[in-house]
Amino acid sequence: MLEKYDYIVIGGGVVGSVITRWLSKYEGSVLLIEKESDICMGSTSSNTAIVHAGYDPLPGSLKARMNVRGNEMWDTLAGELEFPFERRGDYVVAIGEEEFSNLTTLIEQGKKNGVPGMRLLMGDEVRSLEKEINPEVSGALWAETGGICDPFAITISAAENAVVNGAKVMLNTAFEDFIMDGDRIIGIKTNKGDFGCRWAINCAGLYSDVVMHKAGVRPEFKIIPRKGEYFVFDRADITVNNVLFPTPTEKGKGILVTTTLHGNTIIGPNSVLIDDKEDRSCTTAGLDEIWEGAQKLVPGLKRKHIIGMFAGLRPYGNGPCKTPGIDYQHDYIIEIPEKVKGFVNLGGIESPGLASSPAIAEEVVAMLQDAGETLKVKKDWNPIRRSRPRFRDMDHKERERMIRLDPRYGRVICRCENVTEGEIIAEIHSPIPATTYDAIKRRTWLGTGRCQGGFDMPRVVEILAGELGVSPLEITKKGSGSDFLSRPTKNVEGK
Amino acid sequence: MAVKELYDVIVIGSGPGGLAAAIAAKKAGADDVLIIERDIELGGILLQCIHNGFGVEIFKEDLPGPTYSQRFIKEVRALGIETMLDTMVLDITPLKKVYASSKQHGFVVLEARSIVLAMGCRERTRPMIRIPGTRPSGVYTAGTAQRWTNVEGYLPGKRFVILGSGDIGMIMARRLTFEGAKVERVLEVMPHLTGLTRNYVQCLLDFDIQLQLRHTVKRIIGNDRVEAIESVKVDEKWKPVPGTEEIIPCDTLLLSVGLIPENELSKKAGVLLDPRIGGPIVDDSFQTNVPGIFAAGNVVHVYDLVDWVTEAGYVAGNAAGEYAIKERQKETGSITIQAGDNVRYVVPQMLDKAHLTDKPISLQMRVINPIEDPVWVEAHDGSNLVARKAERYVRPGEMVTLKLRPKHFDDVRKAGTLTISVNPK
Ligand SMILES: Cc1cc2nc3c(=O)[nH]c(=O)nc-3n(C[C@H](O)[C@H](O)[C@H](O)COP(=O)(O)OP(=O)(O)OC[C@H]3O[C@@H](n4cnc5c(N)ncnc54)[C@H](O)[C@@H]3O)c2cc1C
Ligand SMILES: Cc1cc2nc3c(=O)[nH]c(=O)nc-3n(C[C@H](O)[C@H](O)[C@H](O)COP(=O)(O)OP(=O)(O)OC[C@H]3O[C@@H](n4cnc5c(N)ncnc54)[C@H](O)[C@@H]3O)c2cc1C
Repeated sequence: MLEKYDYIVIGGGVVGSVITRWLSKYEGSVLLIEKESDICMGSTSSNTAIVHAGYDPLPGSLKARMNVRGNEMWDTLAGELEFPFERRGDYVVAIGEEEFSNLTTLIEQGKKNGVPGMRLLMGDEVRSLEKEINPEVSGALWAETGGICDPFAITISAAENAVVNGAKVMLNTAFEDFIMDGDRIIGIKTNKGDFGCRWAINCAGLYSDVVMHKAGVRPEFKIIPRKGEYFVFDRADITVNNVLFPTPTEKGKGILVTTTLHGNTIIGPNSVLIDDKEDRSCTTAGLDEIWEGAQKLVPGLKRKHIIGMFAGLRPYGNGPCKTPGIDYQHDYIIEIPEKVKGFVNLGGIESPGLASSPAIAEEVVAMLQDAGETLKVKKDWNPIRRSRPRFRDMDHKERERMIRLDPRYGRVICRCENVTEGEIIAEIHSPIPATTYDAIKRRTWLGTGRCQGGFDMPRVVEILAGELGVSPLEITKKGSGSDFLSRPTKNVEGK
Repeated sequence: MAVKELYDVIVIGSGPGGLAAAIAAKKAGADDVLIIERDIELGGILLQCIHNGFGVEIFKEDLPGPTYSQRFIKEVRALGIETMLDTMVLDITPLKKVYASSKQHGFVVLEARSIVLAMGCRERTRPMIRIPGTRPSGVYTAGTAQRWTNVEGYLPGKRFVILGSGDIGMIMARRLTFEGAKVERVLEVMPHLTGLTRNYVQCLLDFDIQLQLRHTVKRIIGNDRVEAIESVKVDEKWKPVPGTEEIIPCDTLLLSVGLIPENELSKKAGVLLDPRIGGPIVDDSFQTNVPGIFAAGNVVHVYDLVDWVTEAGYVAGNAAGEYAIKERQKETGSITIQAGDNVRYVVPQMLDKAHLTDKPISLQMRVINPIEDPVWVEAHDGSNLVARKAERYVRPGEMVTLKLRPKHFDDVRKAGTLTISVNPK
């Protein structure tokens, strides 16, 4: 017998996870499948983590609407799911007169998009607000609704909340094809077997083109990965506590200088079209490009303060991906195509896809209702997901109390980010269990500091092995094939 | 172990630097000495250095790391130095409060009269040298690989390329070869070896492991686990020379590209660092700019021989011990001197207990009324007579002096207040 679901969501990035959370509110069964060993390993794992205000997208686009509405929804969502989010506003910084005049265009665009709380600042004001800024700053666009987030936290907490409300999440499960009955999707084929569904929802990010083609939808639409690279700085050495965008120019969008929620300055991303959807490698040319680009906003950056680097891929849609009534390229596709029944098709959800994700979920639910779904809220739906204790954020008293309750919270495993054994174990036994090193890293930020896991790695491998009841040889960094250790040493083997 | 709240000396870290410092502090006369160590054993990084080469200077013996540190651990135990293991120090303040956390002791706040920073160093990582490429499993610092191999008992790979010709890298090359792993290459970006020649001969040459100077890793290849690295030759300006690229298949890249003194805690305590080396600026007793905070070993600068770390630990520990003793004497505080019967005033009004050492102290006073008969000038602590002397007469116009001598000091120290009176005999 085929296992049947009302809704199957393909892809566990922020978009798939937030949609799953939205659907878990209603009666009906939901399955989220993700091909990797954890959710949040695609585009959502490597980006700038900005919740954009919404002055960037072209007025009238679906992207603009999703961005502005999405931004509005973050406070409530962060409250319900207890993930960190800070609405600290953002700056578009102008250097020189010419750039300053471009800011007016941006403000106009923002107004058309319905972005509240934008203001032009003069050079002096900007200099007094951000001490690291290039002294030649001529002014900035200030948008008070801009925010920063932890992309892992929203994605994981949304999926966890969905699980608690009855949704099922299957990891290491890759979509392969649709099972059709005429023009209706009635199920999917995966490497873990077939599953029946009434609706399939395409949230496959970089692979959303492949998935829609399997349904015979938009065969001309193609995702081209667009790489962006980053450097992360030691917060002990430099802190730019603001989100600083350069003013977009003819030459491109430029390189940002911004901050993580944990106070680490980051710079990036560049923008390079590539052809391999799995190629998240950093390149010499790319790293040079972001280094030089960032000097424009903050000339005082020092290479010796770099502690991390990474690259992400944007799902850049090149095709004539027109939403009904909207006539230009690179907009989001969010549709229920006419010629295939039981299919919600999303594609090209590039930046600001993270910021837009709550609005996209809301939009999908509205579309399903329009298509005749009677969505009834579950009687016992619980919108609240509690965050788990974080040693790093506790004051002395709270730490004392926590360790008295559970001594494992007293053992610090990550020396730079102060993550404890108790936290790691809690993540291993959470609603979406963390079973790899990177899964724990995503949930706790362990290993992201200046020693980059050099200290915690052997200890985390040991804890994982202990909790999962397997040998340390079986513990991986990010799933099958990425093991840490190859065999016991000779003296141990001899024993 | 019952944790006290106040220690004479707290030593942070139990490597050779910390062990020596604790021993010296105790020998200098400090009573309560505590070592806090985040690992589950004392010994520091030496615990994973199972090769020999330690102690040639101090013991005139060639010992393995753990044996070397064991000698000091024994002494620490014999001297009754307290230890808190599996405990991470999270914060230190300029006023020498120490915040630490552990499973066993919970979250503790301790105070110290002096502190010795002996946190050692950490290794430089991949992002710090900005090696491009993918981010698979199998890129480790040499020290992490050393811990896995020598402490945990697991080999972290089968085919290795090692970047950096520092000592840890070369020693690991030999260790891995002993274990049956293949070390394909050691690459060094400098035109010369960065570790000891002794290690080059004993660890690389003797095992036919190829060292390529002026070479570096251009990029890392492999999505899940390292599959290969691309090496490249560099010119005098460290620029890659086109056409010299070579793909070297391997499953592990070890980085032995330098150590950085571990001073995050020091910074929190307001300790100033030397920007060139990243360690505290110290005086000849290894005292930092924060009075009573000392530093020893790799936390100050990276040593090549452990013997010199031990010696630095002795110097810092001895000074920290002496500092604590002085502090203790000061704290015991001061004694108020009061004018009693027929005394108008006494100078000094206060006695610092720290000054009750080997020199007499004069108390000077004037009387209220003249007494033309012999009198006793007396210092009392309540009903206890501490010191007295006789005078033939006293007059308000003539100052009177009473000397407290070292033989009185024990009694003086016990007193909160000394009352001086002048009465007829
Ligand atoms: C460099 C960069 C910077 C960015 N900066 C920002 C920013 O600051 N703010 C912002 O709002 N947005 C930003 N974005 C955009 C944002 O990251 C994306 O829009 C968002 O993460 C897209 O989420 P997603 O869930 O659609 O995609 P993904 O996170 O890629 O999720 C898709 C998931 O589907 C899975 N999948 C694919 N194929 C299959 C299959 N066959 N079977 C099962 N599962 C499958 C994938 O493994 C993946 O987990 C940035 C993006 C990049 C790359
Ligand atoms: C990976 C590595 C391998 C080495 N191999 C060799 C070698 O083979 N031969 C050689 O001659 N030298 C070697 N060295 C150099 C060696 O470090 C020194 O010779 C010597 O061990 C330094 O002693 P130390 O006491 O300064 O530091 P360490 O021995 O590093 O001791 C520092 C101690 O402080 C503890 N600590 C740090 N922070 C905290 C905190 N916040 N709370 C509690 N405890 C803390 C650490 O756990 C550690 O035990 C190596 C160094 C490293 C990093």
